[in-house]
Amino acid sequence: MPTTQPLNEAGQVAEQFNDIDQQVQSNLFGMWLFLSTELLLFGGVFAGFIVFRVIHGEAFAAAAGHLDLMLGSLNTALLLTSGLTMALAEQLVNNTRRRATLVMLLATIALGAIFIGIKGYEWYHEYEHHLMPVLGLPFEYPGEHPQQAELFFNFYFTLTGLHGFHMLVGLGLLSVIAILTWRWRDPPRIARQVQISGLYWAFVDVLWIVVFSLLYLLRS
Amino acid sequence: MSVATDPRWPREHYLSEGFRLRDWLLTTDHKRIAWLYLASITAFFFLGGTAALLIRLELITPPGDLVSADTYNQLFSLHGIVMVWFFLIPSIPATLGNFLIPMMVGARDLAFPRLNLLSWYIYTLGGLFTLAAVIGGGVDTGWTFYTPYSTMFSNSAVIAAAAGVFIVGFSSILTGLNFIVTTHKMRAPGLSWFRLPLFVWANYATSLIMVLATPVLSSVLMLIVVERLLGIGIFDPALGGDPLLFQHLFWFYSHPAVYIMILPGMGVVSEIIACFSRKPVFGYHGMVISIMSIAVFGFIVWGHHMFVAGQSIYAGIMFSFFTFLVALPSAIKTFNWTATLYKGRITFTAPMIYALSFVGLFTIGGLTGIILASIAIDVHVHDTYFVTAHFHYIMVGGMVTGYLGGLHFWWPKMTGRMYSELWSKVAALALFIGFNLTFFPQFILGYLGMPRRYHEYPVDFQVLNVMSSLGAGVLAIGYLLPLFYLFWSLRFGPAAGGNPWRAKGLEWWTDSPPTKHNFHRIPRVTESAYAYDPTAE
Repeated sequence: MPTTQPLNEAGQVAEQFNDIDQQVQSNLFGMWLFLSTELLLFGGVFAGFIVFRVIHGEAFAAAAGHLDLMLGSLNTALLLTSGLTMALAEQLVNNTRRRATLVMLLATIALGAIFIGIKGYEWYHEYEHHLMPVLGLPFEYPGEHPQQAELFFNFYFTLTGLHGFHMLVGLGLLSVIAILTWRWRDPPRIARQVQISGLYWAFVDVLWIVVFSLLYLLRS
Repeated sequence: MSVATDPRWPREHYLSEGFRLRDWLLTTDHKRIAWLYLASITAFFFLGGTAALLIRLELITPPGDLVSADTYNQLFSLHGIVMVWFFLIPSIPATLGNFLIPMMVGARDLAFPRLNLLSWYIYTLGGLFTLAAVIGGGVDTGWTFYTPYSTMFSNSAVIAAAAGVFIVGFSSILTGLNFIVTTHKMRAPGLSWFRLPLFVWANYATSLIMVLATPVLSSVLMLIVVERLLGIGIFDPALGGDPLLFQHLFWFYSHPAVYIMILPGMGVVSEIIACFSRKPVFGYHGMVISIMSIAVFGFIVWGHHMFVAGQSIYAGIMFSFFTFLVALPSAIKTFNWTATLYKGRITFTAPMIYALSFVGLFTIGGLTGIILASIAIDVHVHDTYFVTAHFHYIMVGGMVTGYLGGLHFWWPKMTGRMYSELWSKVAALALFIGFNLTFFPQFILGYLGMPRRYHEYPVDFQVLNVMSSLGAGVLAIGYLLPLFYLFWSLRFGPAAGGNPWRAKGLEWWTDSPPTKHNFHRIPRVTESAYAYDPTAE
């Protein structure tokens, strides 16, 4: 098998790079580019939402009032805290403190999982109140402009669903990193991986702040 | 002389490292991945081409007699979807770009070789979805998936087709990402930005578009799939949604995507014309600035697809103005190619015939684009064959010609073999003649008022339609011929040697076929691109 070689064997530079510095720079740059594509993926939906938020201002503001602001704020706090623990993990892994890094990674995973749980509870809540216009489920909106409210909830489920999907990907990623940290085979390499996944996790945090502001805070 | 005894044939190269299936399907060598793409896009090209041939057969006679109206709708949808997303967009970047960019920047491979292989698998998965859509009853929305037809009324396999395009989008995002990082971080010592060949610049600009525009297409296709699958209506007018929003988001990607389908061709043509004129490209810096500004302007002209869709007249005026602006860098490029030819030592090899065809056909396609950018005229010819002819001049006359030119130019590098000179020239000329015969009558048909996407038409239009269908036959010969003599060359072609065209550029410094890591030693660059000496010999 001369054509395929495992990259990054303990401490090694991948065959296409000249040195480790070039490799690190390329990986970081690649991740930033990937995040910019993610931003545009969400950007399309954000743009659509903002257009309709302007056109149907009153109806959307009223519909937003039916979301649970308390739980939304709690989730925001949880996610921001997980951003802190992730940043701490990045600091600690650079100081080669294995146990503390692992604790911070697990804390990040736990906070993210609680976020998903609360989000799921919110969805269930909306399902019970017939505010989930998905798969032909009944949609019984108590206020005025029920059609435009349905459009609002369509966006709500699209945006939170898309964000939730990214959270799940991030949790999977962090779990792999946690296992690698637990094994502690190649600390410099783990440090690079923590840095890259930290970028992704921070990005998912920032996205949530936009999602939260658009959906929950613009209410009447 | 058999190549085995030819001293120019390298003893070890990337193809001699194993020919089992797993050597191909698990490879991370950018040169082998380029071959994987080449095989897949060729298959899709002939699938889309068969649909086109059936369309032209139907249109030989005025009544709709060969296929039903529904089948006809599915044929042009299939033709559009396959040709745009599964052939044109990956064509030059994923094959020639994949093969050549690491060599042109003097690197051993792309920055992310495994990601490169992954993007081919994603492409294949997307292709399978699209084939499933064809088998599962076809799709009849056209390649643009306009709502509300695609979301509420069409009974065809929209979900599978849209999902296929959604998936293949990530393949081009990852390819673009790989190219950008490679160009930024992996250039050989001495290879500054303004020493890069224009082919690299063109693919760099293309990659920027792929990375920044494709995600918007993904999100809008995701919304269509979600709307059909889960019943979430974002574009449903009954809820206060707006089908026009779909068109805005769709063209925000798909207009820049038009430049994905021309910029790489421009890169190829710049290489070929410089080589066979034995002169440096005229106005190198102007060419670079034009390439980059086409990529940037491409993002602010999408509204010209919507002049009659009900957008505000002021938006229309702005979009029209910006569209005229794109003509400036395009014209700069055309004049610079012409100026490169001026007083050059021109040889008419097959790649050169393709490149010159490109310049002529692109000029016609570009000038008719200015006509279409004028709102008053566009209202008259919108959705007629005039538009069809215009974009085929760019996408087929431009990009496909550029792609074939590039394939002929670098074939000796990729395979180490030469092909038949006579037959390749015949194929290049057949393409030029067949193409013009097919599509020039369509300008006249459109101007006379024949709309697109109809499977029958008044008797008055028959002469022009028969001309167009005859041209399609000639064009088919132009496409089929290379299949034969290129395959022939793989076995019987004489060895090409490292640099059969005596061309400049790092890719010609190494063996043909190149060694696994491209170079025996990473080159050190000391001169600008295209350092041809017109006075030599």
